[in-house]
This record gives sequence, structure tokens and C-alpha cells, in this order.
Amino acid sequence: MSGLKSGSVVFEHVRKTFGSFTAIHDLSLTIEPGTLVTLLGPSGCGKTTTLRMLAGLEHPTAGRIFIGGKDVTMLPANERDVSMVFQSYALFPHMTVLENVAYGLESSGLKKAEAREKAEEGLSLVGLAGFGSRLPAELSGGQQQRVAVARALVLEPQVLLLDEPLSNLDARLRRRVRTEIRDLQQRLGFTAVYVTHDQEEALAVSDRIVVMHEGRIAQEGPPRALYETPASSFIADFMGEANVVPCEVVGIEGNEAVVRLGSLEHRVPGRAAQPGPAKLAIRPNAIRLAPADGAGLQGLVRHAAYLGDHVEYEVETEVGTLYVVDPDVDRSLAATTPVAIGLHNRGVAIITA
Amino acid sequence: MEQRNRRVDMTLGLGLAGFVLLPWYRIEEGFYAFRWLARFPFGADEAPGLVQMVAEGRWWLAVVAALLLAAAAVRFFSPAGEARGRLLTALGVAGMGFLVLQGFAITFAGWSWTIGEALFGPLSIGQPAMGAGAVVVGLSFLFLFSVGLAEQGVMRGDFFVIAAIALLVALVAVFVFYPVLSMFVGAVQDIDGSFEPSGFLRNIQDPAIWSLDCVVGGARCGVAWRTLWLAVMTATGSTILGLAFALVATRTRFPFKKGLRLLTVLPIITPPFVIGLALILLFGRAGVVTTFLSDLFGIEPGRWLYGLTGIWIAQMLSFTPISFLVLIGVVEGVSPSMEEASQTLRADRARTFWRVSLPLMKPGLANAFLIGFIESMADFGNPLVLGGSHGVLSTEIFFAVVGAQTDPSRAAVLAIILLFFTLSAFLAQRLWLTGKNFATVTGKGDSGIHPALPRALAVGVNALVIPWTIFTLVVYGMILVGGFVNTWGLDNSLTLAHYARAFSVSLQDGSIAWTGVAWDSFWTTMMIALIAAPLTAAVGLLTAYLIVRQRFVGRNMFEFALMMSFAIPGTVIGISYIMAFNMPPLEMTGTALILVACFVFRNMPVGVRGGVAAMSQIDGSLDEASLTLRASSWRTIRRVVLPLLRPAIVAALVYSFVRAITSISAVVFLVSAKYNMATAYIVGLVENGEYGVAIAYSSMLIVVMLVIIAGFQLAVGERRLRRETRIAAPAGVRPLPAESIKEKIA
Ligand SMILES: Nc1ncnc2c1ncn2[C@@H]1O[C@H](COP(=O)(O)OP(=O)(O)O)[C@@H](O)[C@H]1O
Ligand SMILES: [Mg+2]
Repeated sequence: MSGLKSGSVVFEHVRKTFGSFTAIHDLSLTIEPGTLVTLLGPSGCGKTTTLRMLAGLEHPTAGRIFIGGKDVTMLPANERDVSMVFQSYALFPHMTVLENVAYGLESSGLKKAEAREKAEEGLSLVGLAGFGSRLPAELSGGQQQRVAVARALVLEPQVLLLDEPLSNLDARLRRRVRTEIRDLQQRLGFTAVYVTHDQEEALAVSDRIVVMHEGRIAQEGPPRALYETPASSFIADFMGEANVVPCEVVGIEGNEAVVRLGSLEHRVPGRAAQPGPAKLAIRPNAIRLAPADGAGLQGLVRHAAYLGDHVEYEVETEVGTLYVVDPDVDRSLAATTPVAIGLHNRGVAIITA
Repeated sequence: MEQRNRRVDMTLGLGLAGFVLLPWYRIEEGFYAFRWLARFPFGADEAPGLVQMVAEGRWWLAVVAALLLAAAAVRFFSPAGEARGRLLTALGVAGMGFLVLQGFAITFAGWSWTIGEALFGPLSIGQPAMGAGAVVVGLSFLFLFSVGLAEQGVMRGDFFVIAAIALLVALVAVFVFYPVLSMFVGAVQDIDGSFEPSGFLRNIQDPAIWSLDCVVGGARCGVAWRTLWLAVMTATGSTILGLAFALVATRTRFPFKKGLRLLTVLPIITPPFVIGLALILLFGRAGVVTTFLSDLFGIEPGRWLYGLTGIWIAQMLSFTPISFLVLIGVVEGVSPSMEEASQTLRADRARTFWRVSLPLMKPGLANAFLIGFIESMADFGNPLVLGGSHGVLSTEIFFAVVGAQTDPSRAAVLAIILLFFTLSAFLAQRLWLTGKNFATVTGKGDSGIHPALPRALAVGVNALVIPWTIFTLVVYGMILVGGFVNTWGLDNSLTLAHYARAFSVSLQDGSIAWTGVAWDSFWTTMMIALIAAPLTAAVGLLTAYLIVRQRFVGRNMFEFALMMSFAIPGTVIGISYIMAFNMPPLEMTGTALILVACFVFRNMPVGVRGGVAAMSQIDGSLDEASLTLRASSWRTIRRVVLPLLRPAIVAALVYSFVRAITSISAVVFLVSAKYNMATAYIVGLVENGEYGVAIAYSSMLIVVMLVIIAGFQLAVGERRLRRETRIAAPAGVRPLPAESIKEKIA
């Protein structure tokens, strides 16, 4: 199970249409060997379609796809060196766990005994040694998920594809399994393409994140860059919530831009900013509420909701209604309380697009 | 790369074998007798394509050779890829096109159209129907076409899927659409094949078909109107009775519900004319009831049974169970929570039923009505036995072919009218009812219980159901007892003579001699049914797989055409088969092959429906998982799809086997002295007035089929019904799929 031959993935101007509907518009993307890249985006944005084209379950309408440097555009699924973990796991209900894991090995022409041996190895890799003779229906959801991973991994593919692998697990299990998958990937060093619509999951497991929106790549980069310097209001809002408000860049000082937000001035890191009107993405927890003092940006609390470890406010201001998360649960502000608005340094970014 | 070349090589090898190693033309005494081997390859009749071309003067076969050579050249001089794919596809299309064209253009006597002679001059020699060689070469062109498409990346480059689709389309074209088309052409042809519309024009205006005399007080309406009237009456009656049965079985505390459901098996195992036969034994001029009434009350024995009334009763008996089966699903499909909601809104049980439950069932009732309508239209057995000279369309067609004055054009016209009626009903069912299904059970937490029926209604349905059940039991009792009675009405003593005459066996010189008159047709029937059943199941399930799992251009058309072929009445199929397969390019009348083909393509839609229903319950990602695990489509089908489909496979096998035994309408046209089928033989017995033997033989068939069905049920294990979850284990054996019985067309 060691020494997986991790391969790179390249999409070159790939387009996919279903009838008159274009699911993917001109997608170009390079994935380095040995990395875990997440396709992230709201439901229906084309993540699964992208993944299925990589697996060979759909063929692109135009463009080329390379795996490990080889053009696989026209190759059927069973002749590609990738394997896939399905959202529903797709374990064959009439085969035992061991038969499931050995299935791909036998399909690739391994002798039965050899295939079984490797399948056992694969099962112990995911901590399920000894479960081989059970039927999938006799396993818990988390165990089924691990069988699906083992079944895909024993083929030692160049690229492992995972389509929302955690969506059928409950919240607690999700956290644990995603750590397991990431550990396994780092230990064995294979290339993985991971699809999810959950930004927290994406932040937690990825080397790089590709955010998709309506069949296009909206932004691509390491998790931290995406979170801290979103390129568009869509990204800002999708990668954790954000208040997107109009602002004016009034000056550039070194690596910082000075922006004016109503009657408030604030310094924001932002190399690419140009003087003039722009937009500011403000994380809900980057807003500081203080007793109204007449100076700076003023607001009026409209709603307040106590949520245990924080309080959520809706505050009406001259730049629009802001959504604020305040960790100070002791100081609960009632509706109609006037407040003054301040900003933290972290969690505020200029949006150029 | 390797594999792609291997596919082309195998396809070319197949083509070569067909051209060089097999007789090109049809062997008169049968290919499987293998007597042609003695005179192969230089006998004029037995020679392969190559010899026919070189030595027998059939120069046009050179085109076939040239196309095969061109394909070989492409294979060796062009690398696998899209360009080669396009060439191979084109060659495949050209080859198939040429084979069809030459088959029609050149027949026994040479050119069949003058344009051929004008272009190429007269031929010194014609050609008989295609044989094994031509068919195999045709197949190889079809595969060439598929290989080409696969190399162009069509259907994700999946050769197996492309070839399967192409093959199915070709088969359906040859065995469903070509015959029906031939029938249309035959309507405007003379017996010698020349264009002659006068017969068509005379028949289509015939008052015997269209007269509306009976409305204005005349004697009798035309056969078209009578058939339509009968169909409407049967559909209405069987829908009402079926609904009553369904309500009793699901909404009352009737003590014999299980027994009631057994009734739904009856139409599958009953040869279609048997009910009519039993009615004759009861109500015919010498029937039990008739003689009883005349002895007791001096009621004059009448002939009222022999006509529309009798046919109507027989059809009600035959089709009520089908309607019952359809409507059980409909009645159970009404969500109890709707009815409970109605009750909490202050509606009493009666109001709930009439205002909520019944309106929700309406589309289902319409469906049952249309099924009853189509069944009645297509029914051939009962009218044949009971109609006498007052027939309906299906029997008139038959008599136009076998009757005193053979009139193929009249048969074709009648068949076209019948087809028009049934197809209209079918289209109504598809277009009007699709999407109007209010069945509201979602499978998700839809608990609650159906309210009991309002009292008045409960009394009413029981008053219908109980007498009708008793009547049905008496009729079936007649069938079982009938075979043991000497001569009904005249001599009611018990005897084994009928069974002995039909099924006697004796030992002669230490070997068994099948001396009974029935054995011959019985064994033929078993053999044909045994050959047809697995083919039907295979073709049906393969089609279902393609329809459910593959997206291809024209898929909806494909499915629609297949299902439509099921609305073609058997009589129409029969007449169109003899019109299509009686002369080159394809000649099959009088063979076992034509019977097998007829059964496969008549019963396949049931396999398709069962397969589609079963396959829709299997998560599609299972197949995809298998593909990404390096398995080919074929391996995926074998290892993943088939094992999960086992119940559907068994159902399709049993159904097609049983249907091959019981059907009569198409068969009666296609049997021959050598290959006679049980049902056709029994009809012959009835025509000779040998009711005793006929009914004995029929009961024997029913018993055989019951044993077979029971055997299958046992072999496959207990029936386990539970709601499928997304990746649920296969649910054991289902009963025969409801659709299969709904669609039974005699
Ligand atoms: N087979 C198909 N036929 C038609 N439309 C499809 C098909 N598969 C996906 N789509 C459409 O393509 C879009 C992208 O789908 P998908 O890739 O599944 O989205 P997601 O990002 O949620 O995985 C959706 O609008 C979907 O409706
Ligand atoms: Mg998806």
C-alpha cells in the first residue's frame, strides 16, 4: 500500500453541456501530484460534473483532460487510473465487505487469492480488519464510508476522487472521518480531488481550494488566502459569512489601503486596491460594538439573539444592515439600543471584483 | 489500443466467416438439420457468398466483398482513433444499407423494380431469401458500425453499449416494424405482389365493417362498431368489478382476502379461449345450466351465448382479475393521511370516500379502463370459440386468411382498423395519463390507516364480489371437471377417455411411444417456450438496462416504440408476420424460428417493464462504482446488475415461458404441420366439436403451468417484501410484476 504513484491532473478548456444547458464553461485547472484539492461551491455549480469527467463517467463536450501527463479525454472509465468514493458509497449490497474491496482488484486481472490478500490489507489500513465477511448493510454509516475509501484506495490509483464523502454522516462523525481521510492522504501521499459544499470541511482538509460558481472557477488558492482575501463578494459570502458593503478607497500606504466606510476610516491590507469606490467584506466577528458616542459610524440594534457562546445582532447603519457576532454574552444589547461601530484588523478585506 | 484493434479484428473475422464459411442463402429443409454440409461449398443452393459471387453469377455480392475488404484496409493502414472510427462507421452503414437494398431489389425472378433493370441490365439469375451467411455478414456490418462509433468516443466509448443498442434497434425494426409495414403494403397489393388498390378501397368502404344499421333499427352493425362497443362494455364492466374487488381486498374485513388475490394469477395461466369453452359447457345449447333450466321450467335452450353477450361474459371473467390487480395498487396508493385529514375536517366516511378517495383514484381507474379496452379489442380466443359467424375484428381477420375465400387485402384492412383502435387507446393512456398519477404514498413516514368503507358501499361491493367470485370458481371448476365427463348434456357420466385420447403413452418394443394425440403439439410447445423464455428475458432486461442506465439520442423514442409494439394485437402481429416473412429477403413461415421470434418480441415489453421497475430501485452509482473499479460494462452487468435483478429475471422467465404456452392470437397464423402449438391444436379440437379432449388438454396445460410457477417460487425462495432503502439488499422474489399481467394481450 506504500508508494502510491500519485499523478497530476490537468483540465484544459473543458466545457460540458447537457442538451442546451451548459454545466461547465471553459474550465482550466492544474492539480499538483500529492496534493488534496477541494472543489467547493453551492449545490448545482458543477462540482460533481467536473469530478465525473475526471473519472470518465461523463465525457467533456470540448477540451482535454490529462491524468499523470496522459491524455485521457476519450478513455472510458474502466481504463482510467483513478478511483472514486461515491456520495452514497455505492457499496455492492450483494457482496461482502471483502468482496467489495477485492472487486476492483479482480477486475484489473489479479488472481483471486492475491486480490483477497490486498483487500485485507486495504481493510486494515482503514481500521476494519476482521469485518471482511460482513455485508455492507451490517455496518454503520462511518464503517461503510471507510469500506468505500478502502475499495478505492487498494487500486493504488494515480488520483483518488471523493464526492461529498461525508454528507451521509452525522455531524460528530464527519469531523473525525475527515481527519482520517486527510491523515491517510498525507501518509500515503496520493493525489486527491475532494468535492464538498461545506466551506468548513474544505478549509479543514485541503492543500488548495477551487471555489466554483455556476459552472466556472470563481477563485482558486490555499485555504487561508481564500478566506482572508476573497476576490469577490460571492467568495467572501460563501467562505464563511461576510457583510459586503460599499466603500471608498481614499489612499494607498505601502501594503495597506485606507478605506472610508460612511463616516469611518479604516486601514486594510490590500496590495491590488485602486483608489476609488470598492467593496469591503467584513466578517461578522470583525465588528466591534461600543456605546454610541456620536463620532464615527453609528448604528441602531434591530434584533438580538442569544446563542450560548455568542450573541448575534442585526445593526442598522448608514451603509446598510450589518450582521454582527459578539462573543461578549454578558453585555446583551437590547433592540433599539444605539451603538458605535468599530472594526478589527483581521476579517476585513477589500474586494476588487 | 490493443483492445480496439482486437475488436475490429474479431468483427472482420465474423464478416469473413459469414461470407466464406456459411451458406449465403436460406436452406429450404432447415439450417439446423445440417444436411447442407454434404453439398457445401459448391452446391448451387448451399454455396457461401464467395462461391455464389464467383461461380453462380450473383455478381452483386461483390459489393459486399469490396466493403469487407475496405474495412480490412482501414484496419491495417489507419491507427485507432476518431478518423478511423468515422471510416468504419461509414463502411458499416454502407454494408447494412446494401444488404437490405439488394435483398429487396433482387428476388427469385431477378429485379423486383424496373429501375434495376434499366440501370444494370437484366439479370441471368435471381436469388432466394437470405440465409445464415447473409445474416452473419449483416451482423458484422452492424458491429463494424458500433466499433466505429466507439472509437469516436460515442457513449463514452463503450462498445458493448453501442453494439447492444444497435442490435436491439435492428431486431425491433426487423421483427416489429418491418412486418407491420409489410401489412400496410400488403393491403394495397395483389396476391402476386403488384400494386392493386381496388381490394383495399373496396374493403375499407365495406358496409359489413362500417354499417350503423343497428342504431336505426336495422339488423346488425358493422364489425368495427361491434368490436368497439364490446370493448367499451368489457372495459366498463371489468373496471367496476375490478374496483369492487380491490376495495373488498383492501378496505373491508372480508375473510378470504388472500384467496381473492390468488385470482389475479388466473389470467396468466389460462389459455384465452378456455373461459369461452367453459361457458359453452355451462350455458351452451347442451350446457349444464341450459338443460337444467329446460328440464325444470321448460325454458327453450337458446343460442344467446353465441354472440356478443357470450363474448362479453367471457371477457369479463378473463379480464376482471387484471383490472383487480391494477386497481389494488391504485386503491392502496391513496395516502391514508389524505383520508384522515378529510375526516378531521368533519367529513364522514361516505363524504371522504366520494370526495377524496375516489377522485384520487380517477387516473388509475382510467388506466384500468384503457387496459380492459385494449385487452378486449385484442382478444381472439373467446370470440373464436363463442362468436361463430358474428365475429369481431380479430376473428374476422383470421377468417379472411384461412376462410373459404382467402382475401389478404381484407385481412390487412381489418388489421389496420384494429390497430388504429388499440393504438389510439394506447396513445391516450400514454399521453393523457402520464404525469396524472395522484398516487400519494411516498414511502416516508406515511403512516395512518385507511378508513373503512361507508356502509352502503361496503354492502354494494360485497354484493358484486361474492357472486362473481362464486361464478368464477364454478367456471374454473367446469374446466377441471369438464375433461372427465363423457359428453356434456347427453351423457354426463365420468370417464378418462378424453385424457387417454390426448395423453396416452404405451410401451412398444421397450421404448416409450407417445400415442396420445396431444403429445406432438405439447412437446413442440414446451420446446419453443423453453427456447423463447430465456431469449425474451435477456432481450427485455438488456433493453431495460439501456433505457434506465444509458443516455442516448432517441432513447425516449426507442422506449416508446417498444411499448407501442405491445399494443399491437396478436392477430395483427400474426397477419403481419405471414405477410412479411413469406418471401425474400426474409423467409421464415413454417419454421420454429418464426414462432420463437414472435414470442420474444411480443413478450419482451413485459421483461422491459419489470426490468425498468427493478433497475430504477438500484442506485445508479453502483454501476458507476463498478466502472471506476476497472470493470467493463459487460462485467458490470454480470457481477453487479444481474445479481441484484434476480427477482426480475425470474419473473420475466416464468412469464415469458407461460405466455408462450397460453397465447393463441398470433400463434394461430404461424403454426405449421411440423410445428403445431398446443393452443392452436386445441382450437382445432373445438372446431371439430371435440370439447372433451379440448378441455382435458387445457386443464393439463393449466396444471403444468401452475407446477412451473410454484416450482420457480420455491426454488428462488420465500417472498420477502420490504421497502427498499437506497442500497437495500435485493428484496427476494416479487410476485410476477403487476405490469406483466396488466398488459396481457391474448
Ligand atoms: N445528466 C445531466 N443532465 C442534465 N443536467 C445535468 C446532468 N448532470 C448534471 N446536470 C446539471 O448540471 C449542473 C451541475 O450539476 P452537478 O455537477 O451535479 O452539481 P454539484 O455542484 O451540486 O455537484 C446542475 O444544474 C445539474 O442540474
Ligand atoms: Mg454533487
